Amino acid sequence: MKLDTAIAHAGLCGDPVTGAVSTPIYQTSTFRHPALGESTGFDYSRSSNPTRKVLEESIAALESGEKGFAFSTGLAAITAVFMLFKSGDHIIFSDDLYGGTYRLLDKVFSQFGLSASFVDTTCFKNLEKAFIKDKTKAVFIESPTNPLLKISDIRKISAFAHKNNILCIVDNTLMTPLLQQPLLLGADIVAHSGTKFLGGHNDTLAGLLAANGSELCARLAFIQNATGAVLSPFDSWLILRGMKTLSVRMQRSQENAQKVARWLSARRQVARVYYPGLESHPHADIHKIQSAGPGAMLSFSVKDKSLVEKIINNVKVISFAESLGGIETLITYPAKQTHSDIPEELRNRIGITDDLLRISIGIEDVNDLINDLKQAMEK
Amino acid sequence: MKSKPGKRFNYDTRILHEAGAKDPSTGALSVPIFNASTYAQDDVDKRQPFDYSRSGNPTRKALEDTLAALENGTNGYAFASGMAAISSALMAVLKQGDHLVIAQDIYGGTYRLVTKFLVKYGIKHTFVDTTNLQNIEKAILPETKVLFLETPSNPLLKITDVEGAVKIARSHKLISIIDNTFMSPYLFRPLDLGVDIVVHSATKFLGGHSDLIAGAVITATEELGHEVYTVQNTCGAVLGPNDSWLLMRGIKTLGARIKAQQESASQLAFRLREQKWVSKVYYPGLPNHPGHNIMADQADGFGAVLSIETDSLERASRIMKNVKIWSVAVSLGGVESILSYPAKMSHAAMPAEERLKAGITDNLIRLSPGLEDVTDLLDDLCGSAKG
Repeated sequence: MKLDTAIAHAGLCGDPVTGAVSTPIYQTSTFRHPALGESTGFDYSRSSNPTRKVLEESIAALESGEKGFAFSTGLAAITAVFMLFKSGDHIIFSDDLYGGTYRLLDKVFSQFGLSASFVDTTCFKNLEKAFIKDKTKAVFIESPTNPLLKISDIRKISAFAHKNNILCIVDNTLMTPLLQQPLLLGADIVAHSGTKFLGGHNDTLAGLLAANGSELCARLAFIQNATGAVLSPFDSWLILRGMKTLSVRMQRSQENAQKVARWLSARRQVARVYYPGLESHPHADIHKIQSAGPGAMLSFSVKDKSLVEKIINNVKVISFAESLGGIETLITYPAKQTHSDIPEELRNRIGITDDLLRISIGIEDVNDLINDLKQAMEK
Repeated sequence: MKSKPGKRFNYDTRILHEAGAKDPSTGALSVPIFNASTYAQDDVDKRQPFDYSRSGNPTRKALEDTLAALENGTNGYAFASGMAAISSALMAVLKQGDHLVIAQDIYGGTYRLVTKFLVKYGIKHTFVDTTNLQNIEKAILPETKVLFLETPSNPLLKITDVEGAVKIARSHKLISIIDNTFMSPYLFRPLDLGVDIVVHSATKFLGGHSDLIAGAVITATEELGHEVYTVQNTCGAVLGPNDSWLLMRGIKTLGARIKAQQESASQLAFRLREQKWVSKVYYPGLPNHPGHNIMADQADGFGAVLSIETDSLERASRIMKNVKIWSVAVSLGGVESILSYPAKMSHAAMPAEERLKAGITDNLIRLSPGLEDVTDLLDDLCGSAKG
């Protein structure tokens, strides 16, 4: 089955009793047991819920993973991944990591004795330098990164992780399995903010994991059940519903993004455009090999900082809001929104400066988007 | 939002009138379900009350304010499940190297969290029988940070003197946390007795319809609220807007439900102890229950959960096989009567030896009567036991 077909068929269950093609929403906390010691396979919805299970099986299938897991938010999914580790463990991260993941380490897991190195994983040597024998337990990367769209070689990093007997974890939120399947490139765990492209409608929060290796999957299942940050049946159903249109949404958004990126590149007010679909992107070649497209998110910096506020306050079609991956185009100011928890010094060092804007391109008519940016810049 | 009635109203009125904000733009009496992940911002320099639903959602906020009001706390937080609430509360107040003193017959899920999860971060624990306050005092170490209580306990309905326990916790500068799932704020408000944090599996009495999974944390101070919020926002185990709305809907009937359920539980307790096949009834409303007087002092009722010990394992199995009105299932606190078997359900995560030591035998059955007629419930049990 081609990926497009698999995506459209996500959650297409054919309910055995009624024949309904859409998975029912099992809005229940508990399940009646036929008798003592007998179970239908479902006991309590925190442990497993039939609607959530369909979503979990779908993400596992689309990411080519053994098991899938659904959480209340993307950060709840990443929290579950961090919970695999114990005091004294060390993890290597991409340096321009999503601000929420950074905060999770900085505010919570540092209290529990986890340590981290933030390196530019686009350069493989940095990874080797940061590795501490017997202490480093995982490499956690985003490719492309958020918001600078840096590309890391997932295959090479996975091979490095396995040679050293540590885990390779990839946050695949920006790509979705439609464009990139990190598990097939050798990663052990794929994490998603399902809120973004998978859900696609800016109406649901969700987090998803897909993983390989039965022991690793069992540990993740234990954590999900024990700490309980599960996705509700209704939101599981909304994500499944969103996933059915992933392919058409992503294709349209990606086409629009490519056009907006080219248009921005030609503007004299714009200093730099960050988008892996541009030939000028330093690692466009690696991205082309490991993925099926550049995605629908881009960032750009402006020459004159005052333009930032002008654009944000004057866009009309585009909404000034956090998040990305929805059918509506959103503009974000990373330094003040998504990445405000990263210390200024670190932010500037990795390039998330206060002249940078991020746009998540939606499925509107691309000319309306370009005209909106144009009028906002010229106001 | 309309001004709140505050404490000049009685509790039954407060449940309805503090449950959920009224929608200012339409006047709708029920708060809308905001199925939104994000919120358009008007101005880059002006922070609006909502920017991203993990950090805050209007529907969830209405629920969280309701929870805080009902528990007489400053801040309320809603989580994806009771265990998400408990793990988030513990993560907010504990760090590597800390120690906690925790009630012995705690909910199996909390037991698992403490013994399998917190230990990975070098967080140690001591389980004690908190019905004897001296045990708490004895277990406190220099690195102890938290006292975690559950009263009545699950499934043996043991009663802890909360005021006495809080006094000990305070003298050692511990943060006291209590799981108030079994009582709900309608019958018991531990923050009024000096407890610092209340946690709930809102799946149970608060929701009340066995149709959602949710958890809650309510704090006694803004400062503790801030700590819990940091974890909620950072780790993201939040409750979705639909479930937040369903939970608020459930809370509106909390008073009506729990009064009826408590009455049934009490009748069942008195009637079941007359049955030959019942060797013991655990219910704090029975005058001979060792915690009866403490409970009468500190709470507004004895709750709606009871446990019974049958005369044999065979009898317990027969009941579970034959019951028709009662559902054999995990969970409690719903409008439907649920019968569960702690040894293999709620406390399956506890090693057998530990479990038996705590008194959770293989003959023990836990009963959570719903809103059915109590005679039907009793007949179903007695008929199944003999049939």
